[in-house]
Parts: sequence; C-alpha cells; structure tokens
Amino acid sequence: MASTLFVSNIRLKDHWSEQRLFVRRTIMASVLVTALMIFVVVRLTELQVLNYQHFTDLSQGNRIRIEPVPPTRGLIYDRNGILLAENLPAYQLEMTPEQVPDIEGTLARLEALGFIREQDEERIRSTLASQSLFKGVPLRFRLTEEEVARFAVRRPLFPGVDIRASLTRHYPYGPTAVHAIGYVGSISKEDQARLDPAAYAGTSHVGKIGLERTYEDALHGAAGVRQVLVNVQGRALSTLSGDAPRPGRNLILSLDLDMQLAAEAALEGRRGAIVAIDPRNGEVRVFASMPGYDPNAFGEGLSVQEFQDLQSDPDQPLFDRAMRGHYPPGSTIKPVIALAGLSYEVVDPERTIFCGGFYRLPDHTHRYRDWKREGHGRMNLHDAIVQSCDVYFYELALALDIDRMHDFAVQFGAGSPTGIDIMGEKPGVMPSRDWKRRAFSRREDQVWFPGETLITGIGQGFTLMTPLQVAHVTATLAARGQRFEPSLVSAIEDPLSGERIERQPRELEPVRGVDPAQWERVLGAMRDVVHGPRGTARAIASSEYEIAGKTGTAQVFTVPQEESYDAEEVEERLRDHALFIAFAPFEQPEIAIAVLVENGGSGSKTAAPVARQVLDSYFGSE
Amino acid sequence: MIFSEGYQYEKRRPLGYAARLLRDLHLDGPLLAGLLAVSSLGLIVLYSASGKSPELFVQQLVRLGVALVALVIAAQFPPKILRAWAPWAYLIGLVLLTLVLLVGEIGKGAQRWLDVGILQFQPSEIMKLGVPMIGAWYLHDRRLPPNTGNLLALGVLILLPTVLIAQQPDLGTATLIASAGVFVVLLAGLRLRAIFLIGALAVSLAPVLWHFMHDYQRQRVLTFFDPESDPLGAGYHIIQSKIAIGSGGIFGKGWLNSSQAHLEFLPESQTDFIFAVLGEEFGLLGLLLILVLYLFVIGRGLFIAVQAQDTFSRLLAGSISLTFFVYVFVNVGMVTGILPVVGVPLPLVSYGGTSMVTLMAGFGILMSIHTHRKLLPT
Repeated sequence: MASTLFVSNIRLKDHWSEQRLFVRRTIMASVLVTALMIFVVVRLTELQVLNYQHFTDLSQGNRIRIEPVPPTRGLIYDRNGILLAENLPAYQLEMTPEQVPDIEGTLARLEALGFIREQDEERIRSTLASQSLFKGVPLRFRLTEEEVARFAVRRPLFPGVDIRASLTRHYPYGPTAVHAIGYVGSISKEDQARLDPAAYAGTSHVGKIGLERTYEDALHGAAGVRQVLVNVQGRALSTLSGDAPRPGRNLILSLDLDMQLAAEAALEGRRGAIVAIDPRNGEVRVFASMPGYDPNAFGEGLSVQEFQDLQSDPDQPLFDRAMRGHYPPGSTIKPVIALAGLSYEVVDPERTIFCGGFYRLPDHTHRYRDWKREGHGRMNLHDAIVQSCDVYFYELALALDIDRMHDFAVQFGAGSPTGIDIMGEKPGVMPSRDWKRRAFSRREDQVWFPGETLITGIGQGFTLMTPLQVAHVTATLAARGQRFEPSLVSAIEDPLSGERIERQPRELEPVRGVDPAQWERVLGAMRDVVHGPRGTARAIASSEYEIAGKTGTAQVFTVPQEESYDAEEVEERLRDHALFIAFAPFEQPEIAIAVLVENGGSGSKTAAPVARQVLDSYFGSE
Repeated sequence: MIFSEGYQYEKRRPLGYAARLLRDLHLDGPLLAGLLAVSSLGLIVLYSASGKSPELFVQQLVRLGVALVALVIAAQFPPKILRAWAPWAYLIGLVLLTLVLLVGEIGKGAQRWLDVGILQFQPSEIMKLGVPMIGAWYLHDRRLPPNTGNLLALGVLILLPTVLIAQQPDLGTATLIASAGVFVVLLAGLRLRAIFLIGALAVSLAPVLWHFMHDYQRQRVLTFFDPESDPLGAGYHIIQSKIAIGSGGIFGKGWLNSSQAHLEFLPESQTDFIFAVLGEEFGLLGLLLILVLYLFVIGRGLFIAVQAQDTFSRLLAGSISLTFFVYVFVNVGMVTGILPVVGVPLPLVSYGGTSMVTLMAGFGILMSIHTHRKLLPT
C-alpha cells in the first residue's frame, strides 16, 4: 500500500509540474496573442479614425489608378557619335481592360473603324490574357495624325480606350548595319517568359535580335510608377505622385558609320558580308551582311504577309551572313597553314617544289587540281602565297598532317565562336580526326582520308568559317599572333549622369610557337599579294598606304574530274564564293578586313576591289 | 457512442434537449457558437463582396455544411484513438506530399493538388493537423521539458513536411505548418534560453542562405518583405485595401455599400482581401466585432487545452488554437499593410473551401478532447 502510494506520488508530482509548465506557456501565448490583437486594433484606429478623411477623399468620386511609366530606351551611337537608334514620339492607341464594359464589342468596333489591324489581333489577345486588368494594352502603334483626329472625335464612345503619346524606336539609317544593331518588336509570349514583369510594366517593345537583344538589360532601364487620379470612366485627371523611371543606358559602338556605308555600297546588289576589326584591340569597325532589311518595320508590327515575304526572299535578307553564314575560307587560310609549316619546321621556306597544275597522292589516280590549269612552275613558300599555288599547299598539308593543321589553326580561333557581343554567333568547323569521329555517326564516315588532309590545306573540304571568324583570323595575323575578342560596343553611358563605362579590350590566348622571322616571312608574302608584281591582288595596290592581303575562292560545288570550271557557263548560284582578307597599313596595322561575296566568282576580281573601297574610306577619312 | 469509454459528464441537473444533443454528439457549446458566429458574419460579408451573387453564397453555405460535418465526425474520435493514428496520418501525409511533387497535377501554377478519381485535394491539408499531432504524439510519454535529443527529432519531424510543401512551392502553407509544429514545442515547455538560442541560430543562418541565392530569388525575398517596392504587383493590393478600410471609418458605409470592392478597385475582395470589405462596410465596429469573435474562439481553444488531461491532448489543443490565431493575424496583418503579402485567406470568412474543412476538423478534435475527459475519481 505504501509503495503504490509512493509511486503514484512521483507520477502525480511529475504530471503536475508538466501541467503547470503548460499553463505558464499558455498564459505567455495568450499575452502575446492579446498584444498582437491590440497592435492590429491600433493599426485599424490609425486607418479608420485618424486617416479617415484622407482615405475617404481617395475613395470618393475620384479614384487612384497606378500606372507604370516605361523608361526611355537607351540610344545607340556609332564611334563618332552619329545616332544609329533613337526614340521618336508617336501616338499609340491603348485600352485599359478593367475600364472597358464590353471588351469583345469594343475590339470589334475598333477593327471595323480601321483602328486595329488584322495582324495585331493575335498580339492584343495574348497581352490581354497575360496581364493584369488595370494595365494598359497597346492596340495600335504609330497612329497617323489623321487617325489621332478620327479617334479623338469618337473617344466618348470608347470608355477605357485612349490615345497615349509614347516614344517608339527609330533607326535613322534603316537597313544600315541592321544585322549588328538588330531591332525591337512587340513583346511576345516567349519574351514574357524571360522578362521581369515588374521591370517591363508599361513597356511594349523589347530587343529581338542583334545588339538590341544582347544589350537589352542595359538599354531598357527600369519602369517608374505614378499614381493617377481617374474619374469614374477611368480617364486620368491628374498625377498624384510617383517614382521616375530609370532611363536605359546608351551604347557607343566601335562601328564606323562611314566605313559601314562604304562597305554596304560596295556590296550593293550582291549577297555577301564584310567585317573589319581593329587588330590592336578587337573593336569591330564594319559589320555588314547584305542584303539587309528595314528594322523600322518590325517596331510597327509586320503583317504576316510582309514577314513571310522577307523570310522567303531567295536573297535571305534576314540571314546574318557575317556571323551565322558558314563558308569555306578557301585560300585565305593559306597564310595560317604556311605559318603552321614554319612553326612545326616541316618546310624549308627556300626549297622549291614543281607545280604542274595538279597533285596526285602516291598510289592514287585522283588529280587534285590547282586553280591554274597549266601550273605555276617552281614555287617556294613566298611565291606559293603570292600566287596562291594550290599544289604547294597540298604538299605542305600532307607534311603537316590534319591534326597538326587543326591544332595550329584553332590557336587563331578557327572552329569556335569569336565571342563577339552579339547573340547567336555560329562556331564554324576546323576539322581533325577526332572531330570527324564525333561529327559522323556511321563508322565508315568516321575514317579520315589523306585526300581530306590535302583539301584542308587550301581551306576546302570540311573547313567552314564565318566572315567574322575570317576577319578575326586576319586581325590575329596583322597583330602577329596577339588576339582580342571582337566587340561592337566600346562604351556604355548613363544618360543622366553622363558617366561612361569604357569596355577594356579583352585579350585572348595568343598564337604560340611562331618566331618573329617566321611572321615577317608570311606577312611579307601577304604584302606582295597586293604589292608584288605577280600578286593575285596586285590590281588593288594603293600608292598611299601598304596593304597585305590574301585572295580566296571557295568552291560551292565540285567540278567533275575531266571538266574545267568556267564561271560564265555555271549558273550564278553555283559560282564560287569570292573571298579577300587584308590588313593595312602593313607596318603598323590599324584595320583588318574580311570580304565575302557569295557566288562572286574569284577573290581577286570581285572581293579584293570591295576591300579596297572600304579601306579607302578608312584611310581617306583620317 | 462507439468510441466513448469511461465516465461522461456527471449529471448534476436535467439537461435540455439542445444540451443533450450537444453532449451526445461530443460537441462544445461555446466553441460551436463562436465558430457559427464568425461563419455567419463571413457569409453576410461574402454576399456583398461577391456583388450579391446568390450562387457564390449557396456554394459557400454548402462548404460550411461539409466543414461542420467534418467537425462532428472529428469530435467522435477520443484523443486516445487520435494519438494512435497520429503516426499513420503523418506518414500518409508525407507519402502523399512526395507523390504530389512527383506526379502532382499543375494547379494554380504550382504542384499542390493530387487527383484521386473524381476528387482533388491538397495533401498539405492533412499536414495542417498531421504535424501538430505527430509533435504531441512524440512528446506524449517523454519527460517535459524536452531534452536536446528530443528537440532535434522534433525538428526533423517538423522540417520534413515543411520542406516538401515549400518545394511545391507554397511558402504560405509551409509557414503555417511549421508554426503549428513550433507551437507544440513551445507549449511543451521549451526553455526560454533554448528559444533565444534557436532564434539567434535562425537569424545567423539567414546571411548564409542569402549568399547562396540567385539574384532573382533575392529580389523576390526583398519584394516579400517590402511590397510597396512593387506597386504594380503586390503593392497595388495594399494601397487599395488601405483605402477600403480607411474610408470605412468608425461606423462603415453600410452593408452592400463597399465602393472599392464593387468598382473592382480592390482585387481578391472575396478571398484574401475580404477583411477590407468588412472594414469598408461595417467600419471599425465591424472589425472589432469579428476580432472579438476570433479571440473568443482562440480563448476557448486555449481553455480546452489547459483543461485537457494528458500531454497529447494538451499540446494538440494548444497548437490548433494558436495556429488558428496565426491564420487570422497573417491575413489581417497583410490586408492592413503591417505584414508582407502572402496568400493566406481569412479563416472561416474568405470564399473557398478546402482549408475550411481542415479548420473545422481541427475544432472537432478540440471538442473531442474536451468532451472525452474522464472525471477524476475523487
């Protein structure tokens, strides 16, 4: 009896202490609950008693609407301060859905009156579906003055629909440098997924391509906000307060408008691309792809038909040839192969070989032809570059073998994107045995053949480069192996403070293993391409400045063994691509250029004069 | 009743018909009265906020009915049974939460709903009761206040479902469920020193977490704490809601006269922001009334907790009552602009049903705890 009492006493004591502890904590909790409730009541008193009059004023008759204020988009200038992209005032028709009694009916009536175009309907509906009802939906951009007047008369019939003055993007030079600058267009569903809705409230357009897209964050700025008093119909009466938007930053390009215009004029009527780079820092001076198109049309909204026309144009104006076009570099690769031969010491530059117009691999019957049917005769390295002898480079390629050519050429950036500050650059191809194993799935395709080594030596076969890449290789030649990442934007400027952030040249891994004498040997041969008596580009020699260059002709299709290629007979689309690379002045290079003319025929006849025109505009303007 | 055992109320005096019905159904009169009062006031406001929509009113009435049935059913299970079920409820909840993450249907842009035949439900609702139950179950036959090892085990039990729900991602519910678990621990008598230590630890962990966040996540956190910095999103709600409440004054504009809600300046007026409609139409007096009713319900819940006879019942009852307060406070705080905007509805008043059933089931458990007490032999 006593023992049970003892045990139960312990249990009871324990139980009681726990109960007491719980009650203590519950009391603490009740005090906290009461305190927080009192806090709420104090807040309610503040709102409903102390500020009653203030809130009643806001609530009665006039009401507050919160409107986003879109920022002004940053401007784009060329290197000399010439405006390439600006914002012009324009009127747009806008609807605030929460103030429209009958959205469908309103849209139908506006369309009947011609204020909404058919092609805008889809965009309007997707905007309607995706944003809050109190935010404005642009119905139509860039109303004409007559349309503004016509709507003003009918305004009372369309509650919630209003004309708003806004700024729209304008490119004063139209298609000039359009592939570099890009354009803005209406925000699409895909754009919405990647944009911050708060920053883009009130913004109707966004950079779609080119620098406008790549530098969207800098160009756009941040939206501001204003509280607007509106009457019962939702018409704005006055602005109460707000935060000003932060305007987008201006871009100052390294692009030289005069050179760009000269380049585009030189390519007028042709398909092709020109890229010019300052070899001292990687700044891009010319970035041209022809033909172009008018970016202003995209801001206004193209009709489906207009867009299809652009897309199906056989000249492909939308295609950015300069950094997305893959072309065989042809003979313009020869200086690099020559340097590879010197660097790996597989060639004695003074030793000559005999060029009889073709080359045959031992134990093979296939003739690898030289562009000059009758052959060049005895050639050393210098002459082979100057006269662009293919047979010499077939032998050199064989002596180097494909993997060493690959390893050397990739040092110049062949086969990988240059890293230019525009989105969407293509990488090109610099083949190797390893590359072929990875690129082909069938085993029999993965074997590397000696013949493929030969034609790689003259920039044919699998080798593909973009004109931008070719220009980068040329700049690297000009700078004796020093490499800089190409860039178009040289500075970003805050329009409010005027503060400028200059882009510092970004130096890339330089080319190694070439001594100065080897550089001078190959680059000297490039000078003689233009200034030597037998150079393939001697026609463009200038007396005012010294040019070093290299012509190239890239095959579009293969000529059967026993036939010869006759440009006149071949259909225009199947003609060879004409290429030319050059840098000048020879002693202290300031500009390196790559010219590609699609189906232009020969590099010396077509591409080299184009390069001369661009170089003249550079040296003439200084 | 089936599960009742032991002693019932001592018969002191003859009971009326209503009192006898309450006793037989294991219901608690004062608590039920408080809940019905809040719900009725809610229905009146909802009718106005919905623009006098009879369909909405009827739908909400049906939901209330279903929720009350859940309450009555929950009240029939004595605490002993609930305690035996606690681990299973918790485990099933965990499995379902994992399922939701794996195969959950996309509902409202986030994975919260599980489709069971014709029925869709949120497993996180189970956890609203499952977490306080498992906490109370765990501590039931352990020495209180809990030692460090027990605290760590409890921490894991609470964190597991919280993290799963936060993954959905439903931060509002995750917070509520975590706080339900934390209340169990606090009520169990966690030492003040430990409370401060854990608090300090959480605060010191925040910068570490911040360090590992992406920029956009940081931006979200900043907006979360300062909605006015996003006047086109969350801040718009707050500005309009403050106008609605403030313009109500002391006496309000009268029933059906909320101009802010009717002109659709006030968003979500039937759901998360219904408190603002109440404030505009019934003024400070209306708001005080509903706050007093809420306080009464919470107070009665805590009273039941104090009266409870075993550790499990005490902790569970206390946690359910305090979590209910958190619901009220988070919503009212959000609508009056003293707390960040999180999508937590005003309990028993906002339109929308799933959480109402869980809430009422919780109150059913409170009633069960109160009515299944054994009278100690004297």
